[in-house]
Amino acid sequence: MNELVFAVAVGILTASGVWLLLRPRTFQVIIGLSLLSYAVNLFIFGMGRLQVGAPPVLENAEAIDPALYADPLPQALVLTAIVINFAMTALFLVVLLASRGLTGTDHVDGREDT
Amino acid sequence: MAGVIDHLIIVPILLPLISGAVMLLLAERSRALKGGIGIATTLVLLTVSVGLLQQADAMPATSSVRTYQLGNWPAPFGIVLVLDRLSALMLVLTSVLAIAALLYSLARWHRVGPRFHTIFQLQLMGLNGAFLTGDLFNLFVFFEVLLAASYGLVLHGDGTARVKAGLAYIAINLTASLLFLIGASLAYGVTGTLNMADLANRIPHLAPADAALFAAAAAILGTAFLMKAGAWPLNFWLPTTYAAASAPAAALFAIMSKVGVYVILRLWMLMFNGDAGSLAGFGGNWLLFGGMLSIAFGTIGVLASQSLPRLAGYSVLVSSGTLIAAIGTGSGAVIGSALFYLISSTLGIAALFLLVELVERMRDPGADVLAVTMEAYGESDDDPEEEVGVAIPATVAILGGSFIACALLLAGLPPLSGFVAKFGMMAAMLKMDGASVHASTWALIGLLTVSGLATLIAMTRTGISSFWARMDESIPRVRVIEMAPVVGLLLLCLGLTIGGGPAMRYMEATTQSLRAPQDYTTGVLQAPRAGSQRETAQ
Repeated sequence: MNELVFAVAVGILTASGVWLLLRPRTFQVIIGLSLLSYAVNLFIFGMGRLQVGAPPVLENAEAIDPALYADPLPQALVLTAIVINFAMTALFLVVLLASRGLTGTDHVDGREDT
Repeated sequence: MAGVIDHLIIVPILLPLISGAVMLLLAERSRALKGGIGIATTLVLLTVSVGLLQQADAMPATSSVRTYQLGNWPAPFGIVLVLDRLSALMLVLTSVLAIAALLYSLARWHRVGPRFHTIFQLQLMGLNGAFLTGDLFNLFVFFEVLLAASYGLVLHGDGTARVKAGLAYIAINLTASLLFLIGASLAYGVTGTLNMADLANRIPHLAPADAALFAAAAAILGTAFLMKAGAWPLNFWLPTTYAAASAPAAALFAIMSKVGVYVILRLWMLMFNGDAGSLAGFGGNWLLFGGMLSIAFGTIGVLASQSLPRLAGYSVLVSSGTLIAAIGTGSGAVIGSALFYLISSTLGIAALFLLVELVERMRDPGADVLAVTMEAYGESDDDPEEEVGVAIPATVAILGGSFIACALLLAGLPPLSGFVAKFGMMAAMLKMDGASVHASTWALIGLLTVSGLATLIAMTRTGISSFWARMDESIPRVRVIEMAPVVGLLLLCLGLTIGGGPAMRYMEATTQSLRAPQDYTTGVLQAPRAGSQRETAQ
C-alpha cells in the first residue's frame, strides 16, 4: 500500500511537472521544474527501499541486521539534490525576471505568439 | 616529497575553488589584481595537469590508474578521485583553453559584468572535478558546479540575446540534471553502489530482471549526457547559446560539450565492455547512429548559418557528433584517433570562437562587397597583378591567416592536425570490420567527408565576405592580448601535427587502458589506504 501511494505520488508530480515544463510561460516552466525535482527527490529516496520506522544510523557495532535499518545513502543524496535544485531554481528565477524585464513578456521565446 | 606528489591529484579541484573564493573578497574594481590571480591560477593548473599527464603516461600499461581517497576511506565506501591517461589528457586540454580564454578576456570582456573571474574559476573547478571523479554522484555534483558557473558565463555581459538564450539553456540543463539524478539513483537502486569501478564489477552478476532495470538507468543517464554533448535531437539549444555567449565564455564552452562525450566514453567503455554479459555493447548503435545524425544536422547547420558565431556553434555539433559516432563504433583504433580529433577540434573551435568576435568587429554593413585584396585571404594564385601594390594591414593578415587555419583545422585538411585525426579515424574504420566494410561504416566515412567539405564551403564563403571586403575604414582595432590566444591555440594544433607520433602513441595507450576496464576497477578498488600499507583492501 505504501509503495502504491508513493509510486502514484511520484507519477502525478512527474506528469504535472512535464506538462508545466512544456507550457509557454516562464513561470509555468519554473513551477514545472520544481515539481519535477520533487518527483526526482522522492524517486531517489525510494531507491533506498521504503521502510517505516527504521533508523538510518547503526546503533551499535555488533549484531547488525541491515534489513532493520534504512539505507542512509539515498537520504544523503536527496539532501544534496535538494540543495542544488534549490540554488538552481533561485538562479532560474533571476534569469526569468531579467528576461521579463528585457523583453517585456513572460513568454519563453521572449516574444508573444502572433 | 612523495606525500606532496600524491596530493597533486586534488589540486585541479581545490586551487580554482580557493582562488575563486579569494577573488570574491576583493573589490569589483580591482580587476587587474583579479586578472593576475586568475592567470597565475590557470598557469599553476596547467603546470599541475601537465605533471599529472606525465605521471599518467609513466604508469605501466597494466595498472594505469592512480586514485586519491578523500578522507582516506577505501574505494567503494569512500569518495575517490581517479587519474588515468584519459582524465589527465582532459585536464591539460581544460587548462590550455582556460589560459587562452582568460588572456583574451583581459582585453575587454572581464570588465563588462560582475564577478567574471570568480565564475570562471568555479567553471574550471567543475570541469576538472568532472574529469577526475570516480563515482556517479560526485560526477553529478561537479556537473552542477560547472553548469551553475556556465549559467553565469552565458549571461556574462548581459543583453537581451544572452538572457533569452540563457533562459532556454538553463531550462534544458536543469531537465538534463534531473534525468541524470533519475539515472544515477536507479543505478544505485539496482546495484547498490555509485562507484564507477564497483558498478562495472557488479554489472555481469545482475539478475536478468535487474539487468533490464539497469539498462533503463544507463539509457536515462546516456540521454542526460548526450544532451550535454549536443547529440541530435537534443541539441537545438546549443548553437544559439554558444553564439550568444561572450567570446571567452564560448571558447571555454568548447570543452563543456566535450565533458558529455568524455563521460559517455568513460562509462560506456567501463560498464558495457565485453565482460558485461547480457549488457555487453548496450547502446552502441544508438551512439553510432545518434552521432551520425548529429554530424548530418551540424553539417546542414554549418551550411545554413548566416553568421559566424552560429557557424562556430554548429561546428561544435559536428565535432561532438563525430566523437559520439566514433565511440559508437566500439573499435579501439577508431577511438584512439577520435581522442586525437577531440583535442584538435576542441582547440580549433575555441580558437574560432575567439577569432569570430575579432572578425565581427571588422564586418561593417558594407563588408559583403567583394573587393580587391585577395592576398589578405592568402594563397589564391589568380590575383590580378595590378592589385599587388595594395597594402594589407598586419591585423587583417593575421586575422585572415588564423581564419584559414581554423577552416583547415575544422574541415580536416592538411597540413593541420584536423587532417591527421580524420585520416586516422577513416583508416581505422576501413580496417575495423575485417575484409568487407559495413554499410554503416561507409555512411559514417561519407558523413565525415561531407561535413569537412561543408565546413570548408561555409568558412570560405564567410571568409570571402569578411576578408575580401573593402577595408578602407573597417580595419578592426585588435589588441595583442586578444590575438595571442588565438594564434597560440592554432600553433598548438600545428605542434600537434608535428608531434603527431608521440601524441598518437599517447592516445593509443589511453585507448588500450580504456579497453582494459579490469585494470581500472582493480586499480580503484584495491588501492591501498594512505599511511597503512598493511590493512589494504582485500
